[in-house]
Amino acid sequence: MAHAATHDHDHHGAPKGFFQRWVMSTNHKDIGTLYLIFSLTMFFIGGAFAMVIRAELFKPGMQLVQPYFFNEMTTMHALVMIFGAIMPAFVGLANWMVPLMVGAPDMALPRMNNLSFWILPFAFFMLLSTLFMPGGGPAGGWTMYPPLSLQGESVAYVIFAIHLMGISSIMGAINIIATILNMRAPGMDLLKMPVFVWSWLITAFLLIAVMPVLAGAVTMLLTDKYFHTNFFNAAGGGDPVLFQHIFWFFGHPEVYIMILPAFGIISEIIPTFARKPIFGYRAMVFAIASIAFLSFIVWAHHMFAVGLPMGAEIFFMYATMLIAVPTGVKVFNWVSTMWGGSMTFETPMLFSIAFVILFTIGGFSGLMLALAPADFQYHDTYFVVAHFHYVLVTGAAFSIIAAAYYWIPKWSGHMYSETWGKIHFWSSVISVNVLFFPQHFLGLAGMPRRIPDYNVAFANFNMISSIGGFWFGASQLIFLGVIIHCVFFSKKKAADRSWEGAKGLEWTVPSPAPFHTFDVPPVIHDDELAHGNTDH
Amino acid sequence: MTSGGIGRSVSAWAAGAMALFGGEAWANPVPNQMNMTQGVSEWSPYAMHMVALWVCVVIGVIVFGAMFIAMFRFRKSRGAVAEKWAHSTKLEIVWTVVPVIILIFLANLATGGLTTFADTTGADMTIKITGYQWKWRYDYVDYRGKGVDKVGFVSKLEESSDRTRQLKSNLDPDKIQVDGYNTYLLDVDKPLVVPVGVKIRFIIVGGDVIHSWWVPALGWKMDAIPGIANAAWTKIKEPGVYRGQCAELCGQDHGFMPIVVKAVPKAEFEQWLATQEDEAKIQKAAQTAQNAPAPAPQG
Repeated sequence: MAHAATHDHDHHGAPKGFFQRWVMSTNHKDIGTLYLIFSLTMFFIGGAFAMVIRAELFKPGMQLVQPYFFNEMTTMHALVMIFGAIMPAFVGLANWMVPLMVGAPDMALPRMNNLSFWILPFAFFMLLSTLFMPGGGPAGGWTMYPPLSLQGESVAYVIFAIHLMGISSIMGAINIIATILNMRAPGMDLLKMPVFVWSWLITAFLLIAVMPVLAGAVTMLLTDKYFHTNFFNAAGGGDPVLFQHIFWFFGHPEVYIMILPAFGIISEIIPTFARKPIFGYRAMVFAIASIAFLSFIVWAHHMFAVGLPMGAEIFFMYATMLIAVPTGVKVFNWVSTMWGGSMTFETPMLFSIAFVILFTIGGFSGLMLALAPADFQYHDTYFVVAHFHYVLVTGAAFSIIAAAYYWIPKWSGHMYSETWGKIHFWSSVISVNVLFFPQHFLGLAGMPRRIPDYNVAFANFNMISSIGGFWFGASQLIFLGVIIHCVFFSKKKAADRSWEGAKGLEWTVPSPAPFHTFDVPPVIHDDELAHGNTDH
Repeated sequence: MTSGGIGRSVSAWAAGAMALFGGEAWANPVPNQMNMTQGVSEWSPYAMHMVALWVCVVIGVIVFGAMFIAMFRFRKSRGAVAEKWAHSTKLEIVWTVVPVIILIFLANLATGGLTTFADTTGADMTIKITGYQWKWRYDYVDYRGKGVDKVGFVSKLEESSDRTRQLKSNLDPDKIQVDGYNTYLLDVDKPLVVPVGVKIRFIIVGGDVIHSWWVPALGWKMDAIPGIANAAWTKIKEPGVYRGQCAELCGQDHGFMPIVVKAVPKAEFEQWLATQEDEAKIQKAAQTAQNAPAPAPQG
């Protein structure tokens, strides 16, 4: 249906010059590609930091780095992975796929799109450069709790970098909202949109709501450090816990910013390979919206051990436990989507299934952490480290990897090597559990997080975890290989509808998607949409 | 493995696996420990933890079980044909309501635990804990309704661990043992001495940055924050030595500020306290004598 509209008749194609095409780009596909390449680069840089951490923790005793440098590594690993790898990857996917999925010719604000990407390399250059400066990079943890974070020498650089990332995220979010609300093809009603588009619409609102809060929090840090204000300085009448409240008011929605688009991706992939529409489309959308709402009223569950009044502990405990309900609905609906389907297990589906199982394990430990009395033990131990790596690595990162395998035929016009994709999957899924599962035991046995050395009692599980870590890190080189092979060397042409069960507008345009698509809005036939017929 | 022979590892593993089901009151971390200690205090989150764990295990078995059945039965390679349905209000109500009921049950349990934890009244003893980069200070405030006279000291990582933990020290962490138990990074020069069977209230503050005072066997941790006085309590049931660590990132030596609580019978504690008070008096007298001839400080 849309084919006729996508021909390049008298329209110009991609600019010829490298600088013009990539640096001056206003094309959502090219900018999406830039975002994805950037995030993959950051994934490997942040991963390298993680390798340093796991190498030092390989056995008791300090073998490789000084404790201060170790703290720089844990801090930078988190900042790079969160703001450099996971978030830009989702924005990249949104750039590529949202216009294609709603039948729009491009993003609503293409020049701002260019700006919001090109801010990022500078922000990260600034952040990473602190590692090479006298005094070193930030070492107070990615949460930047004062007074500790104010002892660092790199405060100004880090905060400026965070401001830039925030500006980039807010501009990206505005763009996505404007695109989704204004640029849908006629007939693409809100409740016919793919769940991925819905998840991004809601995520974008979260971003707009909380990035300014982060900006405010870090600005107060900045003035405390350099302009003698006392927002967080107890000696001057300030309150160090105030920072934690503000930070986590940003930080908890931020956590869902990193998982809601993942829910969207999985809700696209599972129906495709189960060849059956998503179970309970409306419930899925409503669950995402409920989780987003709840994310604003649970922040102090990160602070159960700061000595909150009992009433506050009870409120935040109950509110946090409530999140299990909509999250449970999502998991049950994914399983029901598979039930009665006709399943095949290509690489995107394998990563999606692993996502559902392992994210749910992360959810279970999340439920346990929500119970305030038990959290007095779990808090700030490796149990927490295991929890958030299950939801962020086997959750967010696995969904991004699944999305890359799922849509790369559309992006590149070629099929990736299914054999190597599966090798990548099995190697990753086994090693990631060797890496993170023993960390539950370490935390329960009493190992605090963010320590560079530990008692001999923790030796065996740390060694197992480190072996898993090196193995998982090495496995991602396979991913890089598969992508490079697919884009540049694969001989296997991808069909327009690259997967047998795939539905949705993105599969109606040629593979690779031409430089301009949907110059003329497509005519929407409900049956061709992934979730077109929602009135059963 | 680092810590010894394969045989030792295997038996430790078996013990660990047993522990996952049985539960034990480890005073201190043991090799290959997989579960939380039951603790030695009257208040313990252990039961709460185990209930939550088993709830999660049961739900996990059901959900993952259904998933694996689906993956086996509904494969295209086995000739499965996709069905058309994509909705069931009845089912969706069931799996909204059932989790809510389970959550109410868990919330009820947790609220009970929280209420008893928050109640620091009726304590027979008060100790003030101050966190510094990178050591702890303990001040005995009162005992059985009577003020304690100037008993307070700093407690920090003992020297052999400190030497061993230096970068490329080439010293073996395995060698640092007390009574056959490895105390690498878990031993201090001067432990906190407390009586068993007495409800002790801790007032916890931070001297410079935020720290967190955590002894797993007591069942909780509490942040030590500059400008805020936090309170928590314990009532230790068994005499013993209980080890813990700072649990809030507090700078480069965050990993090297352990906590050791030595719980002794009441009589022994009272004797210890009396000696400390005497020593404090002698010290004070000596100081006064020393200071007396010195001229008063000029503004």
